[in-house]
Formats: sequence, structure tokens, C-alpha cells
Amino acid sequence: MKRIDYLSVRAWTPGWLMLMAGSAVIIALAGAAVLFMEHQGHHVTGMTNQVVWGMPHVFAIFLIVAASGTLNVASIGSVFGREPYQPLGRLSALLAMALLAGGLGVLVLDLGRPDRLIVAMTHFNFKSIFAWNVILYSGFFAVVGVYLWTMLDWRMKRAYKPAALTAFVWRLVLTTGTGSIFGFLLARDAYNSAVMAPLFIAMSFAFGLALFILFLLGTATALERSLSLDLLRRMGKLLALFAAANLYFVALQHGTALYMADRGAIEAFILLNGGIYTILFWGGQVLLGGIVPMALLFRSQATRCNIRFASLMVVAGGLAQVYVILIGGQAFPLTLFPGMEASSGFMDGQVAAYAPTLAEILLGLGGCALALVITIVGISAFRILPAALGPVEASE
Amino acid sequence: MTQASSRRDLLKGAVLGAVAIAPGLTLIAPAAQARPAGSAASAANRWGLLIDTSKCDAGCTACVDACKTEMGLPALDRPATDAQYIRKVDVKDPKTGHQHSLPVMCQHCAKPPCVDVCPTGASMKRADGIVLVDRHICIGCRYCMMACPYKARSFAHEDQSNQKAHNPRGKGCVEGCTLCVHRIDAGGRPACVEACADTGRAAMIFGDLNDANSEISRRLSKQASSRIRADLGLDPAIRYQGI
Ligand code: SF4
Ligand code: SF4
Repeated sequence: MKRIDYLSVRAWTPGWLMLMAGSAVIIALAGAAVLFMEHQGHHVTGMTNQVVWGMPHVFAIFLIVAASGTLNVASIGSVFGREPYQPLGRLSALLAMALLAGGLGVLVLDLGRPDRLIVAMTHFNFKSIFAWNVILYSGFFAVVGVYLWTMLDWRMKRAYKPAALTAFVWRLVLTTGTGSIFGFLLARDAYNSAVMAPLFIAMSFAFGLALFILFLLGTATALERSLSLDLLRRMGKLLALFAAANLYFVALQHGTALYMADRGAIEAFILLNGGIYTILFWGGQVLLGGIVPMALLFRSQATRCNIRFASLMVVAGGLAQVYVILIGGQAFPLTLFPGMEASSGFMDGQVAAYAPTLAEILLGLGGCALALVITIVGISAFRILPAALGPVEASE
Repeated sequence: MTQASSRRDLLKGAVLGAVAIAPGLTLIAPAAQARPAGSAASAANRWGLLIDTSKCDAGCTACVDACKTEMGLPALDRPATDAQYIRKVDVKDPKTGHQHSLPVMCQHCAKPPCVDVCPTGASMKRADGIVLVDRHICIGCRYCMMACPYKARSFAHEDQSNQKAHNPRGKGCVEGCTLCVHRIDAGGRPACVEACADTGRAAMIFGDLNDANSEISRRLSKQASSRIRADLGLDPAIRYQGI
């Protein structure tokens, strides 16, 4: 195997400082938003008794799902032995932990009682998939942390393979757990389905790889380190494949639901007449997040620019997808009386209105900024990034 | 046998007592004895309601109003976020145009999804079947609200004032109908049931589903009844007639 040189990133350069300061500002704004929402109570957000999980959850779920997907790059190198990916294992593990931290931060700060986090850590209802996720998330940090350590420290070489395998299995279980949060909601027409778990795994593959590519491209440019177009195209192809897998499970999700007569109404809502949710589904999730990147990436002559744009689209489409699943699924009324028209002073039988407020969006962006800061501190403190990833071909 | 008859004697006593104390107001006696302080709720009971929708008027909101007063739920005029433990749902058959109206509250499911999904165990079911939220360990994650098929829970979206001692509320926690557990433990019946009786309609009866001699059990054994979304198999303690 080729020797790979890793170099930490020099901190305190003007560019580094600017990036950190920018992120710090966003995090500070997010902090202020949290104080505002917690002090006033959730009535100042767009969330209601109908739409109980709002924009913060969209970001949190996106980040958490992407986190486990980012780890794939390391797994492809280690578990599946693909050599070109091996130099990227360290970054993959670091990014995975950073994204998970960002997502969990958002999730926790949106609780009604974030001050009771310790209660969540000490009281477990083992029947709850949510409680299992608390364990899975904490375990993810430990497992991936050890994995990263075996990559950084040659004395840990022997533990490398087992750690890689554990991390790979753990991430699959983790995303299954996240998907099952929805899959287990028997009363919600939009969710209750076993396909939610594999769908979330496909989503995580796509979102995670897209974020990884974007970060890699960003650092290569900022640090003027070489990054081979060949490697990028390889990753691009893989991303296209993941986007296709995501679309496949989406088709399966809606296809099976369409077969069930009682799911007709919710399917019509998402696919046909749901207003913003229908637009986001077809325009955001399917077109921008699926078809456009596939068209760009399956070409053999995809340029750096194509790959960057396609990755961005996968991220944007991914956010739209989570929004449609999460908010769209809640906006559609619960069916208490199948076949009947219901109405009440508690919005029964009515599509719930939801518009995210600035505070909610800031909190979500704060989670993204937190993930970025953790990653940058990580690549500055440790030798994470390879000094070079092959020559830059002149084919652009 | 002796046990059953002694319970019947006790019941008879309760009827007499109730009639004597509040003649004209409480014609049907509470089906229960007060639970002695310090003793645990017992699985021998399963508290429930039977709601006859044919007696329930679309315009009447006596039960809803009584609940708000009893539980100290102020109307802040924010319908999307105001807490509602009970609501009147108007149901219409689009094919025939037939309409009816019924109150819906926490159905106190025997297999409550809200309890299953709650990460901390704050959502819990008492031995006697009443489903409650322990506001000391609720972290406000709202997963129970996602899981409840009946939309029975509310989130406290703001600071609370003028709370009732028997219904402490807290911003950031989830809450819902307690079946007036404080009244039941004292041998009474839920405020909504009482208010409904006061209107003269008496569409709701409260009682012990585990006691074959309770009025509710006797009615249920003789007349057809149903549950909302019975197909989900959650075995709610709230039974309906005419839905
Ligand atoms: S009705 Fe809803 S809140 Fe009440 S016990 Fe059933 S699932 Fe829980
Ligand atoms: S909001 Fe409270 S009661 Fe509901 S699931 Fe979360 S911790 Fe449990």
C-alpha cells in the first residue's frame, strides 16, 4: 500500500479565523434563538399541538442521518477494502462525529425542557425507540472515536479492522433506529411502515456522501491541496448511485401506500394537492435532489464544478425530503373516523398550517455551524487531512 | 361471593350517601370508594367512560368548559397552541349527510402508544388503567404527541399561571386528560361527566370496567358499543355508542 502523508491544518491564519468567526456568530445567534424560545415557550415558534416537531427537527434529523452516511467513506476504504478511499477514512470519521454532535445539539435544545437532559440520560424506557436512540447516539461517538484513534495511532493498528467493522454495523443500526422513530408511529398514515428504516439508510448514504464531497472540495480549494478528479468522479458516481437508491425507496414507500385504500388521502396530499409539500416533493426532493444530480454524475466526463453542484443539490433535495416527511406527515390530519368528515375546535380533520420562524431556522443553522467548527478544530489539531490526493488532472 | 356482595353493599351505601348529600345534583352515585391515602391504585379497577353520542348535541360544550375550569386551562385565544384535554368533534358522513357530535379526550388505552414511545417513562399507565404524564421527568420531546392516534395531548407552550393544585402544569411539558384522577381517587367522577349530567343529557357515564356490577359494565354487556379506531387494537377505556 502507498504511504499516505497526513498534515494538520494551520490554525489562526486569516482565512481560518474568518471561518471560525463566521461560525461563532451563527452559533451565538442560535443560542440567542434558543434562549428566546425557551423563555417565551414554544408558542413563539411555528410549532403547535398539531405540528409538534418543526424546523429544528428537520435540521436535526438531516444532520443525524447525514452523520452516519458520512462514515461510509471510511467503511468503503476499510471494511470493503477500496484503496482510493482509504486516505479519507480519518476525515470521514471526524465529520461523522461532528455532524452527529450538531444534530443532537439542535434536537436537545428544542426539547420543552432541555434542562432535563440528565433525566433523559438516567431514566430509560427500554420499550421506547427514542431511548434506544439515545444509547445508539452516545455509542456512535465512542465507537467512531475509537475507530478514528486506530487510524491516527499506529500502535492501535491491530484494532483497526475490528473497529472499522463495529463502526460500520453501528451506523447501520443507528440509521435503522432513526428511521424507526417514524416507522413505529402506527397512527400516522404518512409514516407507519417498515420501509422507513431502509429509506433512511439510503437517505443517509446520499446526504452523508454529498456533505463529504462538499467539505473535501472546500478544503482542497482553501488549502490548495491537490485532489484528483478521478477520485472525485468515483465518489460522484457513488453519490449518483445513492441518490438512485434513495429514489427507489421513495418510490417503494409511496407505491405501497398507494395500494392501501386508506392511504389514498395522505398520498394525494403529498403527491398531488398538498401545496408546499407537493412542490417540495417533486421539485425539491425528486428533481433537484435526485434526477438532476444523477444526470450530472453518471456522465463519465463530470467536471469538478458538476460534482460540486450535484452534491449541493443532493443536500438541498435532502432537506426538502426531510421537510416533506416530517412536516408534511404531521400537517395532514389524523384519521379518527375513517371515511367520515371530522371537524372540531382542536383542528380535527384540518390540514395544519406550519411556517417556520426565524428562531427555529437559526437554531438549525447553529447545529450546522457547530458541526463545521468541530470539524475544523479537529483537522487543525490532528493529522486528519491527507497532504495530497493525487495530481489534479488538467482535463477541466 | 361474599366479596361481591360486600362490594354491592358498599355501593348501595355510596348511592344513599350521594343522594343524601346532594339530592337532585348527583343522582347516580360515584361507582367508587375513595382510595385511602397512601394506598396504591389497584389493577382490580379499570376506570372508563361510556359515551352515548345520540344524547350529545353538536352545540353543547358543557364537558369541554367544565374540563377547562376544573383543570385550570385558560383560553389564550391561540387555538393552535392552547391546551385542550377534551374537545367536541363533529362527524359527518359525506355519503349520507348524517351528522353527529361527540367528545374526544385521552382514551386511556390499555396498550398506550404514548407510554411505549416515551423515552424517559414520564408517560405512564397506572395500575387502574389511567394514563398520566409525570411532569417531573417529562423532557418535552413530544414524541408521545406524535404517537397518540387520538390527538389527545397538548404541549404547554407558555408559562402557566393560576394553576390548580391537583393539576400542576409546566411550560415545556406535555399534558392531557387525567380522567380527573384527583376526583376518582377521592371517590368522585370526572368533571366532564358531572357537567354533562348537569345539563340533563347524561350522555357520559363513568365507572369501573372491571366491576361486572357497575352501571357501565352492565350497560356494556347488554348494548352495542364501539371504540374510536378500534382497528388499532389499543383497547381504549373510553367506549362510544352511536359512532
Ligand atoms: S389516547 Fe393517546 S394519550 Fe391517551 S392513552 Fe391512548 S395514546 Fe396515550
Ligand atoms: S413529551 Fe414527555 S411524556 Fe411525552 S414522550 Fe416526551 S418525555 Fe414522554
